[in-house]
Amino acid sequence: MLKIENLHASVDDKSILKGINLEIKAGEVHAIMGPNGSGKSTLASVVAGKEEYEVTKGSIIFNGEDIEDLAAEERAHKGIFLSFQYPVEIPGVSVTNFMKTAINETRKAKGLEEMPAKDMLKLIREKSELLEIDRKFLSRSLNEGFSGGEKKRNEIFQMAMLEPQLAILDETDSGLDIDALRIVANGVNKLKSKDNAVLVITHYQRLLDYIVPDFVHVLYNGRIVKSGGKELAHELEEKGYDWIKEEVNA
Amino acid sequence: MDLKEKLLSSFLVFENQLDDDAYLNDLRNDAIKTFEEKGFPSKKEEAWKYTSLNSILKEDYSIFPKQENSIEFSDVKKYFIHDIDSYKIVFIDGKYSSHLSQTTHDGMDICLMSAAMSKPKYRLVIENYFNKAATKDSLSSLNTAFSSEGAYIHIPKNKMVAKPIQIIHFSTGNESAIMLQPRNLVVVDENSHVQIIERHQSLTDNAVLTNSVTEIFANKRAIVDYYKIQNDTLNASLIDNTFINQQRESVASVHTFSFGGKLVRNNLNFYQKGERIDSTLKGITIIGEKQHVDHNTLVHHIEPNCESHQDYKGIFGENSTGVFNGKIIVNKEAQKTNAFQANNNILISDKATINTKPQLEIFADDVKCSHGCTIGQLDESAMFYMRSRGIPEKEAKALLMYAFSNNVLSSVKIPEIKQRITKIIANKLGVNIGFDL
Repeated sequence: MLKIENLHASVDDKSILKGINLEIKAGEVHAIMGPNGSGKSTLASVVAGKEEYEVTKGSIIFNGEDIEDLAAEERAHKGIFLSFQYPVEIPGVSVTNFMKTAINETRKAKGLEEMPAKDMLKLIREKSELLEIDRKFLSRSLNEGFSGGEKKRNEIFQMAMLEPQLAILDETDSGLDIDALRIVANGVNKLKSKDNAVLVITHYQRLLDYIVPDFVHVLYNGRIVKSGGKELAHELEEKGYDWIKEEVNA
Repeated sequence: MDLKEKLLSSFLVFENQLDDDAYLNDLRNDAIKTFEEKGFPSKKEEAWKYTSLNSILKEDYSIFPKQENSIEFSDVKKYFIHDIDSYKIVFIDGKYSSHLSQTTHDGMDICLMSAAMSKPKYRLVIENYFNKAATKDSLSSLNTAFSSEGAYIHIPKNKMVAKPIQIIHFSTGNESAIMLQPRNLVVVDENSHVQIIERHQSLTDNAVLTNSVTEIFANKRAIVDYYKIQNDTLNASLIDNTFINQQRESVASVHTFSFGGKLVRNNLNFYQKGERIDSTLKGITIIGEKQHVDHNTLVHHIEPNCESHQDYKGIFGENSTGVFNGKIIVNKEAQKTNAFQANNNILISDKATINTKPQLEIFADDVKCSHGCTIGQLDESAMFYMRSRGIPEKEAKALLMYAFSNNVLSSVKIPEIKQRITKIIANKLGVNIGFDL
């Protein structure tokens, strides 16, 4: 589904990704872990199409298509979703209307009619129940005054609404208490199928107890320096990242 | 001959044709003298520092239309808020169009200024109110000198006017350039409530200069809601001089939606002449090309325990220029005043300009006055966030801009106006999304 080859990316001429190779197949869950500043969030943003990042070398292939020249919205239309580490507050736009616009614009891009209001309401009801989101919450301005946990839950609600093929969860566990973490993970797991894939980016192992990865990769200094199964996450949790750094620097 | 000279010589002709009583005749003569002395305002005057009239004064305007023009309702229906029942006072090239209008004398007067100025039964109201709120500045004086037509609205006490009143001025472009000087008088007596929608619309690309004066009197506990829709063509300019005299416990609001025109100057003045008055001034400006919109507001707090709320949002693209000059005066006697003012702007082009200036003159010591202006750009991180959800760049921008101005729309009491403004905004931003936010 996603094939990243020798990806180099920089922002303001500062090189951050220095040759990433990663392949994700449908039905798989991958986790990317790594110390702060290793390039985890950059990788997420580059795949989602943030314009500030410049791809200097390599390629990102999604379902056989090179997506480097596609705008963020076009990547979204093709089924890539990024759950933000810091969801942006947008005063004056309600959660419901934001989702309505996002879904209908995506349908428009695919040559489909707008979703009938009745179906939209039904979908919103279904998915908000899945994430245990209060209906009143949906008429509030997007992310404005939301707690950390509410913001993250709202991200996964959006993911549930948009049903992406590839969901990238960027530090979705940060700022979550244990109950919210469970709700969020539960939501992600329920959406999981053999046709879609999840890329979890996290600093800590704890989210991976709930969303169990098939593969774990360690990102350090702009490169994937180690890959393994879910046991690698436990090893990192126990030993920290220093041994990885030593291995790499040796 | 420049426009000033042309106006002065036209006045002599105009005056001879009139059949005014001495009262009005004196007013006109004083007014033309004031205009003659002061002339058109220039950038040397503090209040006109950022707005030059030069580019619009050089046209050769015809002062009196040469022929009566008619238009079909079907051709101009779109300029009306037509999905609601309303009274209509419609003018074509400055002349009343009975064909397009729907006036009334049934328990209230919703009719014409020309009738009010000439018929004896209106004389008392004219003497009590006409030109009593307008200031003696040069442009209002010019209008006073030439005033002959416009809307005359008198709502007697204890009356809820069930339907809104639409005042629409069309210009047909049958002459290459025309100057219009409509004059409106609105008197709302004790406990009465009225809603008014005003629009100036040119039907061609020919030059139009409108110098309008509207005087509104909200008497004790009256409620007046006034909506100005300014979405004219690129050669139409408007100088709107509006004066609102409020008596105790009255509530008045003016919403100004500025989306079009070449140059628009709104001189909006509120005078609070009693206690516990509430005044609201709100506006949304969205312009581009070389358009220029200037909001020059004054709220004069004269008596204690009153409130005023000002909220103007502006979005400026291409080579457009915006001006906001908001003056609040709180007299020494006006204790416990609560005055709020906000002016927020977004520049979406490197070549767009906004000049914003709050001006507070506070002489009382127990008041709450807050003001704030901001100038910014569209939030890039919000843009990426929205786009990553599949909302294309143009639509994301539009949604952000709409959300930005939404505060102003929330206080619009007529849903059809809200819908219309929303549609105009979507059009203006070139998107086809319903912003029922």
